[in-house]
Amino acid sequence: MQDYLTLLKLKKLPTTWCPGCGNGLVVKALAQAMHELKMNKHNTVIVSGIGCNGRSAGYFNLESIHTLHGRAIPVAEGIKTANPKLNVIVLSGDGDLLAIGGNHLLHASRRKTNITVICVNNRIYGMTGGQASPTTPLNAKTASTPFGNEFPEIDVQPVVLANNNLYARSTVYHFDHLKQVIKKALLDKEFSFVEVMSNCYQGYGKKAGYMHPYEIIMDFKKNYNMSRSHKKELKKNEIGFVKK
Amino acid sequence: MTNKKVLKKGNHVIGAAAIEAGCEFYAGYPITPQNELTEYMAKHMVLNKRPFVQAESEVSAINMVFGASAAGARAMTSSSSPGISLKQEGISYIAGANLPCVIVNMVRGGPGLGNIAGAQSDYFQATRGGGHGDYRLIVLGPNSVQELYDYTMKSFDLADKYRIPVMILGDGYLGQMMESLTLHKYAKPKNLPKKTWALTGCKGRNPNVIKTLYLTPEDALEKHNLELNVKYEKIKKELQLFETINVQNAELVIVAYGTVSRVVKNVIESSDKKIGLFRPISLWPFPENALRNLKCKKFLVVEMSLGQMVEDVKLSLFGTDASVDLIARPGGMIPTEEEIHKKIKLMLK
Ligand SMILES: Cc1ncc(C[n+]2csc(CCOP(=O)(O)OP(=O)(O)O)c2C)c(N)n1
Ligand code: SF4
Ligand SMILES: [Mg+2]
Repeated sequence: MQDYLTLLKLKKLPTTWCPGCGNGLVVKALAQAMHELKMNKHNTVIVSGIGCNGRSAGYFNLESIHTLHGRAIPVAEGIKTANPKLNVIVLSGDGDLLAIGGNHLLHASRRKTNITVICVNNRIYGMTGGQASPTTPLNAKTASTPFGNEFPEIDVQPVVLANNNLYARSTVYHFDHLKQVIKKALLDKEFSFVEVMSNCYQGYGKKAGYMHPYEIIMDFKKNYNMSRSHKKELKKNEIGFVKK
Repeated sequence: MTNKKVLKKGNHVIGAAAIEAGCEFYAGYPITPQNELTEYMAKHMVLNKRPFVQAESEVSAINMVFGASAAGARAMTSSSSPGISLKQEGISYIAGANLPCVIVNMVRGGPGLGNIAGAQSDYFQATRGGGHGDYRLIVLGPNSVQELYDYTMKSFDLADKYRIPVMILGDGYLGQMMESLTLHKYAKPKNLPKKTWALTGCKGRNPNVIKTLYLTPEDALEKHNLELNVKYEKIKKELQLFETINVQNAELVIVAYGTVSRVVKNVIESSDKKIGLFRPISLWPFPENALRNLKCKKFLVVEMSLGQMVEDVKLSLFGTDASVDLIARPGGMIPTEEEIHKKIKLMLK
């Protein structure tokens, strides 16, 4: 058995997620990254928000806390501040972290609290049935935007970089890259944020005209290039990490 | 729309009633089990050329409603339990500022994230105010898709009449339920007060101020509270909504509201004993006089919460020699007909 699997609750598999959902890949990438960095249940706490992705914490064989919708970051800051020896990792979705939790992100970033936030951005509210999130593309038709999304998406990169924190972006297609940037973030000693472009076929992809979750993942391959600079902001179609 | 009989889902019907009653502003945020209502509004408010906003949180949604109401609009928001908890600060301000609005809570099991089954465990939160300060909401507890339609419409009128937030206290089961109902036309009551207090731009009049801060003189806030209370006492006198079935000569009267009252109706039909039903529809104000005036000496409260409405029943009957028993199922469980029959047997032994 591969050792990183000891970080997971294998008895709970298969997951409750839809077939082809990107969430599982992120769990795997994080578990492997943690294993390679020798992080374990004695020194790590996983904090989840609420949403499909928020269920991820339940698959880790680690101390974990399932928080309120949008409040994973302040709960994580509480844990880290009360017990600085712990590695504290937040794992949640775009709706949770950027809509209802957006204000907390601004302030944790400003405080530079030493936690790692992994935002699994499937550009939709998956759990509640496919309503628009702050990262849903302009004009997209969703359950709550039947005539097309009127508003542009939030760009989270400048929010994180404004305070010279680490910002990384990857996708569920670029699995090894994803693992590497998660490791970078976990090793960082300030606030770090990893945005993982993921897919929700059930809640969004189907409506957007995709025939299979695989097609969305292959679009990540087509649409994203690797950035080689770690000082310059990532362009819209780039993956990589930035720490100024 | 004229008296059409249709088959519809509870959550959709609330939206249809709000639009028919002239709702001019809706802000919401997704949460199960009321998503169908927000999604209905996303489509139909827009088709009716009225504003729909999916806010970034429930806190934002209730404060948008605060603003829309202050600007004179008929405004509504909806959510389910965790989201309603988030709205409480805003509701306290809206109540304190004497503003009307309609808030729908399709209750789910708590505390915390709980589950997504229907429940009645937000009864205290709804009927006692929920947020900080001495204030009340009008709280209505419909028990069918037809009543969701009727009381949603009525709630806009009550809100405007008394300048008070009105809450529809439904639950996840009612919201998801498909049932036939008659869609009738809304007729606005003629005597609703003009919104002279609204922030509409003060052309030809002094500026209106909407506020909840009363610092000086020392008793300013007490006076404000006492004025609010005059309104609450008036509502108590004028609004006592309930339904009774077979309460005359009943050996035992069951008190139940909302979804669970439907189970009790079946129990009454299938029981060989003289059982009555007292169903409060206005949960605040609680129809205490009507309950107290019943001749019966034995009451059984059946609720989908751990003993909340039973307190209002006991308060209503205080000082009488009636006894009050309770079946309480928390966590989204519905009391079964069998368990109610069993309890009746014990009580009438
Ligand atoms: C206060 C509150 N409001 C709303 C909800 C309902 N809710 C659960 S998950 C969710 C959105 C999740 O979206 P996202 O964070 O993008 O996660 P995904 O499901 O897409 O992984 C919402 C609105 C809730 N649980 N609590
Ligand atoms: S709804 Fe979307 S995000 Fe949720 S499990 Fe299914 S595919 Fe994944
Ligand atoms: Mg999402």
